[in-house]
Amino acid sequence: MSWLDVFRGNRKPPATTAGAAKERLQIVLAHERINRSGDDFLPRLQRELIQVVARYVAIDPKAVNVSLDRGGDMSTLAIEVELPPAAPPPTGRDAAAAGRPAV
Amino acid sequence: MAQVIVVTSGKGGVGKTTSSAAFATGLAQSGKKTAVIDFDVGLRNLDLIMGVERRVVFDIVNVINGEAKLNQALIRDKRVDTLSILPASQTRDKDALTREGVAQIIEELSQDFDYILCDSPAGIEKGALLALYFADQAIVVTNPEVSSVRDSDRILGVLQSKSRRAEEKKDPVKEHLLVTRYDANRVERGEMLKLEDIREILAIPLLGVIPESESVLKASNTGNPVIMDEASSAGTAYKDAVARFLGEDRPHRFIDPEKKGFLSRLFGGRAA
Repeated sequence: MSWLDVFRGNRKPPATTAGAAKERLQIVLAHERINRSGDDFLPRLQRELIQVVARYVAIDPKAVNVSLDRGGDMSTLAIEVELPPAAPPPTGRDAAAAGRPAV
Repeated sequence: MAQVIVVTSGKGGVGKTTSSAAFATGLAQSGKKTAVIDFDVGLRNLDLIMGVERRVVFDIVNVINGEAKLNQALIRDKRVDTLSILPASQTRDKDALTREGVAQIIEELSQDFDYILCDSPAGIEKGALLALYFADQAIVVTNPEVSSVRDSDRILGVLQSKSRRAEEKKDPVKEHLLVTRYDANRVERGEMLKLEDIREILAIPLLGVIPESESVLKASNTGNPVIMDEASSAGTAYKDAVARFLGEDRPHRFIDPEKKGFLSRLFGGRAA
């Protein structure tokens, strides 16, 4: 702080380094928590879901998204299946083979 | 059946051994039969902090290898007679510690003790995993500093997935947050993470806040657990934490900066 600041007065509170620490931690931990225990079974869950759904509805295997969000009080498992606009008869053949790694 | 408590942190140098020594002594002073085990094979230090380094004859690896009986290796504390210490070995063989061996030691200790404290090594390697595997409760030691908070979060994840309770799908390990080296003055100046921020990020129940204190180094110099220094802020903070652990309701102290008087501001007061 220079001596001029004395005359300028405290117009805005200085951004503290502790505040930066908290912000950086929250961001990095949000990422690390997603990867924590989900990566074990999520790809397999996604593959198997595609197989089951494809038995009944014709879907694009790439339009299936499975994500796991772990929070403090609540965790959510979100399964998103995008259905094609027109419904051709179910084939389920090539659907079962595909599956991209989740998250 | 004894309660198994792991003192862990992920990061090194945050005060696991200091806290283990203080906590074990505090539990024993409360009349609980307590055994404290050093899991830091190769880098044993609990013996020094507890002041029993000259009484180490056998260690945990000797017991696991069948070279000594458990009660030959256990060191009875001379200050608190309900306290025993099982030292780590200085061997560099990382495979010396086995899950079966540790299981047997904990099983045997369970017959005689109320609490078994496991002082974990840093990291998330074998020694640390074994220290937390059998835990019923965990004391997660955290400094108000980014790398420590991140590692604590990581170790909480390990507790929730790699402990025996997690593997056997029993009730989860009960987690306690112990914030150490807290400097309320630096927090007030915005230089250190606030207690509230650490609690918000880690989201586990707070057991205690140990203020940064010169008495911790003094205690380790002489091999007396800092909880025995009843005049020190750190000692009283550990005493409070032990009381809370045993179910007492005590308000948290040392989280606000001390109001300094004119004279101490003039001559500079030091943290006791």
